[in-house]
Amino acid sequence: MMIPGVDGFIYPNEGELQWSLLIVLYPYITGLVAGAFILASLERVFKVDAVRPTYRLALLTALAFLLVAPLPLQLHLGHPERSIEMYLTPHSSSAMAMFGFVYLWYLMAVLLLEIWLEFRADIVRMAQTTSGWKRLVYKALTLGSMNVSPAARRIDDKVGFAVTVIGIPSAFLLHGYVGFIFGSVKANPWWSTPLMPVVFLFSAMASGIAGVMLLYMVSMKAKKMTIDMPCVDTIAKYLFYTFVIDFSLEMLDLVHRTYEAGESFRSLDFMVHTRLWVSQVIVQICLCTLVPLALLALTQLFPFKAAVRRAMYFVSSLLVMVGIFAMRWNVVIGGQLFSKSFLGYTSFKLEFAAREGLFTAIGLMILPFVIFVVLVKLLPPWPEPEATVGVGHARP
Amino acid sequence: MELSRRDLFAAGGKLLILASVGATLEQITGAAPPSDAYNLADHWWGMLVDIDKCIGCGNCVRACSKENQVPAGYFRTWVERYQVGEDQQPHVDSPNGDIDGFPADTRGDVKSFFVPKLCNHCAESPCVQVCPVGATFVSPDGVVLVDKNYCLGCRYCIQACPYGCRYLHPETHTADKCTLCYHRITQGLTTACCEACPTGARQLVDFKNPKDPVHEYLRHNKVQVLKPYMATGAKVYYHDLDGSVR
Repeated sequence: MMIPGVDGFIYPNEGELQWSLLIVLYPYITGLVAGAFILASLERVFKVDAVRPTYRLALLTALAFLLVAPLPLQLHLGHPERSIEMYLTPHSSSAMAMFGFVYLWYLMAVLLLEIWLEFRADIVRMAQTTSGWKRLVYKALTLGSMNVSPAARRIDDKVGFAVTVIGIPSAFLLHGYVGFIFGSVKANPWWSTPLMPVVFLFSAMASGIAGVMLLYMVSMKAKKMTIDMPCVDTIAKYLFYTFVIDFSLEMLDLVHRTYEAGESFRSLDFMVHTRLWVSQVIVQICLCTLVPLALLALTQLFPFKAAVRRAMYFVSSLLVMVGIFAMRWNVVIGGQLFSKSFLGYTSFKLEFAAREGLFTAIGLMILPFVIFVVLVKLLPPWPEPEATVGVGHARP
Repeated sequence: MELSRRDLFAAGGKLLILASVGATLEQITGAAPPSDAYNLADHWWGMLVDIDKCIGCGNCVRACSKENQVPAGYFRTWVERYQVGEDQQPHVDSPNGDIDGFPADTRGDVKSFFVPKLCNHCAESPCVQVCPVGATFVSPDGVVLVDKNYCLGCRYCIQACPYGCRYLHPETHTADKCTLCYHRITQGLTTACCEACPTGARQLVDFKNPKDPVHEYLRHNKVQVLKPYMATGAKVYYHDLDGSVR
């Protein structure tokens, strides 16, 4: 008896995929958060001054995506109303149980605190200069602290530095942990590899860096401001290095699996050559990895004009973002297309208007950008002409 | 009171019949007779499946489905048919989990056998390990259960099960699986699938019951668990399991 979409033999309960498009979004969005934050830390901790124009933008990008990060999970649950139990009665042996705590730590202890310290002087100034509801909002955001004296700002800067130092391993934790959720499932050979958290981490960095570079260039265009070329040159350089590491790790995993050719290899190999051929080989590897790597490598080798470099960076970062999304897709969806019997394959049927369907996913991907626009309106990340004094953390 | 020889024989006969029934019941259920004082610590449940005895009739699947109101298209137990030729590459089918039986064998001169599958009630269960709230747990008597009033429906356990034994219940939206008919075995009955099996291919076993025939069986027969390399501490033992079975 033939079952539509199924080839070979699958266990009878394997017909439907358990983790759908929303679970593809979950690592993608958390990856953007981690990557954006790590880019911000380049300037703050590692003193890469060239990327300073994107520092605040990166923080706000991270926050916009972090606020949306739990939503795909929440919408995916059979009983979303019970998700609070993960905080109240977490099961200590479960990798997933830690998500709530890792998330809250990152949101409350790292990102919100760093953003507040960074923008505090602006918040105080706007609490004093605006009127009406805006004044109320900014007053509330000051948390009652109106002291922006140089001494107070120096303290802000020191604390902010410490928070960023803590934030780097936290960002690593956030996304490495997401990789561990998949990498620790021993029942699934497509996921089960100790490389998974590392691959997730570097792909997160690549997508976050690309995302911030893209947002920076688009924002500058929208505001008719000049794109700081040393800044994007430096970001592109870091994107190139990070992406090279990411791709190398993924290829190492591939070569290792191929050479080892274990029990699951034939099944996975067939899957890559059939059901994942387009999304993995064509889209992820060829179009969205080799092409941007080549473009970025060219910008490192040849002195193109600024306009050409900008176009190359734009295309590269866009492709990187699509490529990392494809990578998440291939991990999450690909990992469920083959039977654990290794004797058959099923198919993914994308729904459109369902709770976990395409429209929900599109909405969830638009939402961070809406939040980003609101955040940018509330806390302008670029120095406004009248706001240059006292903006940013004190530096020699 | 005087006992005549006739009374003595009659009493002895009754005793013999009762003892035989008791022994048979115990052998069928592998559990203690029904008792109000079911002690969790006195039991450690599992199952013995004799591949050679399974005829693929699907009685077990139907009995399970009826006993546990398993939703259509989902399976707490199912039967797979393996047809393995000289190349040892198995051709496997399990149309609708064998709930309606199998179509005629068409593979010709190959070895053909049936493999009943169910939750392995693993002692080191990956599904229990990954549950974020502990809604999936191992009971003190060794049965992996799901608290449907507590399960989030995140489906991590379904991903973690190497045997494909779990599904998301379409009505409760919680993880669901074989409970080893917990409501029956704690009452001294056997599971619905074991009871329905016409050949005794499935035997509920209690590893803590010293009188359970499983002890002698395991001492004298070659048995195997599914996917032993997964190291899950599976407690469903298969006799005569072919190497091609996944």
